[in-house]
Amino acid sequence: MTTTTVDQAEAVRDSGYLSYRALIWRRFRKNRMGIAAALILSSFYLVAIFAGFFSPYDHNEIRIQVRHLPPQELHFDWSGGFYVYGLTSAQNPVTLELEYETDQARRYPVRFLSRDGGGNFRLVHSEGPMYLLGTDRMGRDLLSRMIHGARVSLTVGIIGVFLSLILGSVLGTLSGYFGGWIDHALQRVVEILASFPPIPLWMALGAALPAGWTSIETYLGITIILSIISWGGLAREVRGKVLVFREQDYTTAARSAGAGHWYIISRHLLPGCYSHIIVVATLAIPGMILGETALSFLGLGIRPPMTSWGVLLEEAQRVTVLLNHPWLLFPAAPVLVVVIAFNFLGDALRDAADPYS
Amino acid sequence: MITYVIKRCLLAIPTLLAISMIGFVIIQLPEGDFLDRKIQELEEMYGDSSSIARIDELRERYGLDRPMWRQYVSWISGFVVGDFGESFEYEQEVNQLIWDRLAFTVLIALGALLFTYAVAIPIGIYSATHQYRLSDNVLSFISFIGMSMPGFLLALALLVFVFEIYRIPLFGLFSSEYEGAPWTWDKLVDFLKHLWIPVIVVGINGTAGLMRIMRGNLLDVLGQPFVQTARAKGLKESVVVIKHAARIAINPLITILGMSLPNILSGATIVAIVLGLPTVGPLLLRALVAEDIYLAGTLLMMFSLLLIIGNILADVALAWADPRIRYE
Repeated sequence: MTTTTVDQAEAVRDSGYLSYRALIWRRFRKNRMGIAAALILSSFYLVAIFAGFFSPYDHNEIRIQVRHLPPQELHFDWSGGFYVYGLTSAQNPVTLELEYETDQARRYPVRFLSRDGGGNFRLVHSEGPMYLLGTDRMGRDLLSRMIHGARVSLTVGIIGVFLSLILGSVLGTLSGYFGGWIDHALQRVVEILASFPPIPLWMALGAALPAGWTSIETYLGITIILSIISWGGLAREVRGKVLVFREQDYTTAARSAGAGHWYIISRHLLPGCYSHIIVVATLAIPGMILGETALSFLGLGIRPPMTSWGVLLEEAQRVTVLLNHPWLLFPAAPVLVVVIAFNFLGDALRDAADPYS
Repeated sequence: MITYVIKRCLLAIPTLLAISMIGFVIIQLPEGDFLDRKIQELEEMYGDSSSIARIDELRERYGLDRPMWRQYVSWISGFVVGDFGESFEYEQEVNQLIWDRLAFTVLIALGALLFTYAVAIPIGIYSATHQYRLSDNVLSFISFIGMSMPGFLLALALLVFVFEIYRIPLFGLFSSEYEGAPWTWDKLVDFLKHLWIPVIVVGINGTAGLMRIMRGNLLDVLGQPFVQTARAKGLKESVVVIKHAARIAINPLITILGMSLPNILSGATIVAIVLGLPTVGPLLLRALVAEDIYLAGTLLMMFSLLLIIGNILADVALAWADPRIRYE
């Protein structure tokens, strides 16, 4: 009798019945911008995870003889493949800056998928000056620093959102489900939080992080600071949803059947909020990435030796530096791409999350 | 209406009180106080700190030897009557330091708001009436980028761009010859020439978001029966869109007016630091780092005050624009 069950299953599929998840996926798949954003983001995260493999040089190695080197060109010829030219440098007697000239007599081949001098396996590497995005004031390769900085910049938003999700959904649910003085008190707190302009509040909190903290402690501190503002909004939205679900027949049915508070909340109220929570979370991540970038940019966030895109941009803060070495602005590009991608992804998820509309 | 406004103002008082307490505690969280920082700084620079040998005397004068709650009480009771205390760093009354800068901040914020609405509403209307055409898609794409573009990056990019083309550093709100000069007609013209850059940089974020909202609202309204009626009456399409539909679609935007203020003030803070504007932002940053507590506390309070006033004004504007709304 197996054939009939298969037939039945197919009949069900043909009749257009799909599970909630399948409906969401079906609708999300249609949004090409959303798919593109998801692909771009996954490749960014992949690069961040395998930063050691993707970066051409050690991101902390100081080479003072190539400080503030402009981006170098990659050359190609059929016999030797890709190569870069060597450099000669001379110090400008007035500005004391190093000035570089390419030395076409020396060629350094670019190696793919090989081990460098330190024994690290890298995607691309060269013995010569293959600084495709230039170097910073200590001669460190900007591209490698950006790839390593992605680890902090990309995770700070995820962890921050995770924290505010937990805080926001727990407090929002409690507030909506129990009402009364809990609700009142929480709404007051959320209101007060909303009366602070976010950046000045972040600045004040960032300045309060003790100078003696290690990189990891500072990093965690920053994620907590970033989540402090956004949980309020989320708690409000979850509360609104819970207020509606609380009055539904199925909730009343569960209560009259003797279900406890925890059972009702976890089985009947929270699942209804999931799709909404995920959308809000996706849309909150770019704000946090920008927050971290802004804080580090001002010197109140992540501190060296840890790097993030904001830390790298901090060097570009002084106008004189920026005007002479405009390539130091490159780390702004991935910030923009990631933020735009998250916005598109969130938008696509929002459209898909309500498949019955 | 007036009773409503008074009620809102009264309700703001406990909120402000809570903000002042939280803010004051946060500002004092870093270890040590202003004088500890100063001594450390002097020792790093000159090797000794004997130039402020009268440490205890200064500490007593600034009231830093007292417990935190006493400092708070004396500051907040002065705040109510307009005495904001003394800035340690500048050795001046906070009162003398902030008003010019607050005025510039408000000016830039208002300019940015004006820019935002003046640009977003027409483009939103255009986008909605040309839904899914090429122009709408292009505008939507641009607005997404605009929404994602943080003001300070835009400011940095603009700095480099303007310097590359005109070879002038784009900095501050005045040309160097007018810095500190008394207000004259020429200075005003010079000021306006500098003002548009921060206004646009601060406003661009909100403009993109607002445009999307205007587009969505108008699309909703255009589908309603009364629009059909207006068309059936034989009204011109421009009249239908502008007088009937857009009139209704704008209302939610007025509510957003109050909500967009925190973002504008936030954005303006960092943009001002990048562009070296004489506004509150750079002052707050320095005050926070130096633990200049009364200055930092007063500035945080001023930010929140601006937000609350902006919210009340937005609600009043909504009631004025939409006669269906009643505040009882």
